[in-house]
Amino acid sequence: MIEFRNVSKIYKINGEDCAAVENINLKIEPKEFVSIAGASGAGKSTLLKLLLGKEKPSEGEIFFNGHDINFLDSQELSHFRRSVGMVFQDFKLLSRKTVAENISFAMEVVGRTNEEISEDVPQVLELVGLVEKTDYFPHQLSGGERQRVSIARALIHRPEVILADEPTGNLDLLNTWDIVRLLLKINELGTTIILATHDREIINNLNRRVITLNKGRIMRDEEHGRYIL
Amino acid sequence: MTDNIYRIFMNSLTFFRILRTGWNNFIRNRWLALATIFVMILTIFTMTVLIFLSVIGGQLLTILQNKIDVSVYLKQETADQDIKQMQADLLSLGEVKKVTFVSSEDALAEFKKKHESNQTLMDSLKELGNPLLPAVNIEAQSASQYDSIINFLEQGKYKKIIDKINYQQNKPLIERLMKFSNTVKRSGIIVSIILAIIAGLVTFNTIRLALYNFREEIGVMKLVGASSWFARGPFLVEGVIYGIIAAAATMIIIFPIIYFFSPKISLLVPGLDMLAWLKNNFLSLLFMQLAIGILLGGVSSMVAIRKYLRV
Repeated sequence: MIEFRNVSKIYKINGEDCAAVENINLKIEPKEFVSIAGASGAGKSTLLKLLLGKEKPSEGEIFFNGHDINFLDSQELSHFRRSVGMVFQDFKLLSRKTVAENISFAMEVVGRTNEEISEDVPQVLELVGLVEKTDYFPHQLSGGERQRVSIARALIHRPEVILADEPTGNLDLLNTWDIVRLLLKINELGTTIILATHDREIINNLNRRVITLNKGRIMRDEEHGRYIL
Repeated sequence: MTDNIYRIFMNSLTFFRILRTGWNNFIRNRWLALATIFVMILTIFTMTVLIFLSVIGGQLLTILQNKIDVSVYLKQETADQDIKQMQADLLSLGEVKKVTFVSSEDALAEFKKKHESNQTLMDSLKELGNPLLPAVNIEAQSASQYDSIINFLEQGKYKKIIDKINYQQNKPLIERLMKFSNTVKRSGIIVSIILAIIAGLVTFNTIRLALYNFREEIGVMKLVGASSWFARGPFLVEGVIYGIIAAAATMIIIFPIIYFFSPKISLLVPGLDMLAWLKNNFLSLLFMQLAIGILLGGVSSMVAIRKYLRV
């Protein structure tokens, strides 16, 4: 489903080459739950940005369902992103939209009808436990609630894969586990989850595949991995 | 067929959603919108005032130009037939606005009326008889056309019946007026363009600052899969709404101001009724203000968010 072949991303910093990720080779199959572990600056976020087409690799190829995403034009990239859900550490909700509108936005961009939206949004709101906050604006929600809206938005158009970049980074312990449980539940329903995190507790408790990055390179790729740096 | 209907339906749905989102954004961002609209009102108001000033300036120049005419003095013995023919020929020239014939008797009567208190002059006239020549007064469409009119008279068949033309005496005055008129027009255009550019830039920067707050959201929309048009459309709609409201508000502000100042302007520029001018040109002025507002709001929004779309 997802394949990185010899992927490197090199930034120029003060005239010098600096590799954010280097020679990455990996494959992720449908319905997998993969954690990308590593310290800050290890290249986790760069990996997700490359996968989302937000950054172009300096070298190598990235395939999604057999298509090299580096060769997608602007319109194809928009279509590709509709099959991917993205969850950010800082939620990145649309401040002038309500909870329901933030979620339905992801359906509107894929051209779903109003009937489909009014049918699906309440279901997803129920899944993330925010039925009573439908008409709230993001600034009226707690951090955990905002992240749940962000997950609902990523989930609503039934993407094949959800990329979660440090989704618990801004949350307290209770909310952290709420979000992790939610991601597991979504995975059980058939969506591939790629979770970038540096939270040792989460990774050790998940007991799923862990790809550990260090200075932009893959150090370890284990089926039932633990957080070891 | 079914594909086409589906595409039309989807495009209309997207268009409606863009309009709705733009309107919602506008309503939910009232204070920022108000500040931007205020700046746009200032811009459109400035441009409207520039138009008013050009109307007033144009009228002033016309009044000045109308004060100038050229008198062609004819020989005493000139036949009526020749005078009538000359008047007709002059009027057929495109450059001539008005031709008036003043007979020597009328000129004398006018002269006497003007100087009736001057007894010495009256006594001299009694002795001299009527020394005044019949004359044809010519008003040109514009001061720059006197040269060609005089040329027509001096070179043509009327040369033998003309005694003298006072053009040479008036020429320096006409030239000075033309120079002044051209300078005023040119400076007016330059000042208007500079002011319009400044006003436009102020509006553009205000909208750019307003949208700067939403740069990250535009990126998020793109990352969620929105096409560039789906992401930029609501901002374009917002910009256009700013423009429409600002144009309408400017018109509402302009009316009482013109109502109040119109009589005062009429005192300074006789023959100019600004209120009547405004009523007569209401639709074209409103259309122009709307065009400026929509163009400023729409284009500024489009340009301002262009770089945020590169995600």
